Amino acid sequence: MARKSTTQRVVVSTIGAWFFGFLIFFPILWMVLASFKTELEAFAIPPSFLFFHWTTENYATVQERSDYFLHAMNSIIIAGGSTLIALLIAVPAAWSMAFSPTKRTKDVLLWMLSTKMMPPVGVLVPIYLIYKSFGLLDSRIGLVFILCLGNLPIVIWMLFTYFKEIPRDILEAARMDGATIGRELVYVLTPMAIPGLASTLLLNLILAWNEAFWTLNLSTSNAAPLTTFIASYSSPEGLFWAKLSAASTLAIAPILVLGWFSQKQLVRGLTFGAVK
Amino acid sequence: MATRQTQFLARSLLTPAVGLLFIWMIVPLALTLYFSTLHYSLLDPGSEAFIGLENFRYFLTDPAFLASLQNTLVLVGSVLALTIVLGIPLALLLDQPVVGRNFVRLMVIAPFFVMPTVSALVWKNLLMHPVSGLFAWLAKLVGLTPIDWFNDVPLFSVILIVAWQWLPFATLILLTALQSLDEEQKEAAEMDGASAISTFIYITLPHLARPITVVILIETIFLLTVFAEIFVTTGGGPGLQTTNIAFLIYSQALIQFDVGSASAGGLVAVVIANIVAFFLVRIVGRNLEA
Repeated sequence: MARKSTTQRVVVSTIGAWFFGFLIFFPILWMVLASFKTELEAFAIPPSFLFFHWTTENYATVQERSDYFLHAMNSIIIAGGSTLIALLIAVPAAWSMAFSPTKRTKDVLLWMLSTKMMPPVGVLVPIYLIYKSFGLLDSRIGLVFILCLGNLPIVIWMLFTYFKEIPRDILEAARMDGATIGRELVYVLTPMAIPGLASTLLLNLILAWNEAFWTLNLSTSNAAPLTTFIASYSSPEGLFWAKLSAASTLAIAPILVLGWFSQKQLVRGLTFGAVK
Repeated sequence: MATRQTQFLARSLLTPAVGLLFIWMIVPLALTLYFSTLHYSLLDPGSEAFIGLENFRYFLTDPAFLASLQNTLVLVGSVLALTIVLGIPLALLLDQPVVGRNFVRLMVIAPFFVMPTVSALVWKNLLMHPVSGLFAWLAKLVGLTPIDWFNDVPLFSVILIVAWQWLPFATLILLTALQSLDEEQKEAAEMDGASAISTFIYITLPHLARPITVVILIETIFLLTVFAEIFVTTGGGPGLQTTNIAFLIYSQALIQFDVGSASAGGLVAVVIANIVAFFLVRIVGRNLEA
């Protein structure tokens, strides 16, 4: 007997779920609406919800006044670059631990996880000073490097849990047929690992895009990604809500879309495989 | 069957990752340790001198430390409580037969993907502004005096923003766990005449114990170092009311340029985080054997 799904129950839970879902989503919706208002309307009391003069001028202003595209480009380079480099380092490592485990593999994995536990603020001082002396402050390469290292443990962990699920019989069959390790990696393993790789890539892009400790502390203008750029609105002049909303909407839109696609992997990735 | 050649290859594939992470962990930490024993101020270059544990004495006896430790604990505790207490019913609700469930789930999960600087500034201005914010308007609508959020209840305001960001995370994990719960077990309980409440207490809640633990531990790791939300809203103030450990260390390092004392604080933060990490690693490690 299936669980009772009486009409009444469906109606009640549907109304409840939509109500709370809307409530949680509301701040984002409100921000998107404000981005299409004039500054005066965005500030007006009582607020107008839909019946205001829709305008896209804020989006143009944001680009003109503050070179929005530079910061968007920085975000893309920093998030994309750090993710790709992390994958390049992590794929061989995760492959090795998943398919040729030794007695110490578990310890190595847990040790890697423990590096993620280190609060970034604990090493802020030396990193800042090292970056200062090497001229890496406010440089894209410096941010790529630090975000790559910061997310490397998560990337290795995620890949490891995905690689573990690839049936080993297939590899043995390939070995029997005389495939070298290189061929095994390229022709057997890679195609089977693509879904896992894709989810790892997606989750890491999201984490790197939204990272707001190192980016705020190590970048000011030239290399500033969107996190830092938006933070500059914390000490504004005059009316700025509509412009803040427009800049924010642009900053979160791409990642919101990616994020919605990767919900399931998110749970797995962020809990290091503890909840699937 | 691993040959010696395979093992050698496996090890050499692992080396770059292990090496990099090792350097990443050891070098800055060793430097933090070293700086923490120096009198070292960027405003006074050339005056570096070994002063033993003086920085730790200074950092730990500074009234700002106790205040920020307290703020950190209140922040972490409140956000954990809010996300779990609200997350459980929300996950249970989303586990029901809901028309358009996927869409509702998208709305619920969305805040998690919003970068911290955006959520903090949108909440601070569009919602919590004492005159023109939406909350102020709602308060006036029902005849209440609007709250001046960041002046009257600054820490609570930060807590609200951070909780909004993490509620989706807790909900999503609990929902994932609920969906793996064996339906037959619940049905058997229902057939035996168990009420919805006792089914929840004796079947659902025990099943959620592990995901709840995971949520607590992972959130704690991130919440201990909440930074951007404070940086763009209150700057730690008014006074020290929203300064947490992470922000205190930041301000000693990059506002007061006291490298020695900030390093000592950094090590204190590392110790606190390690206590949490110890438990998380044990739980996740147990999962590795399964």
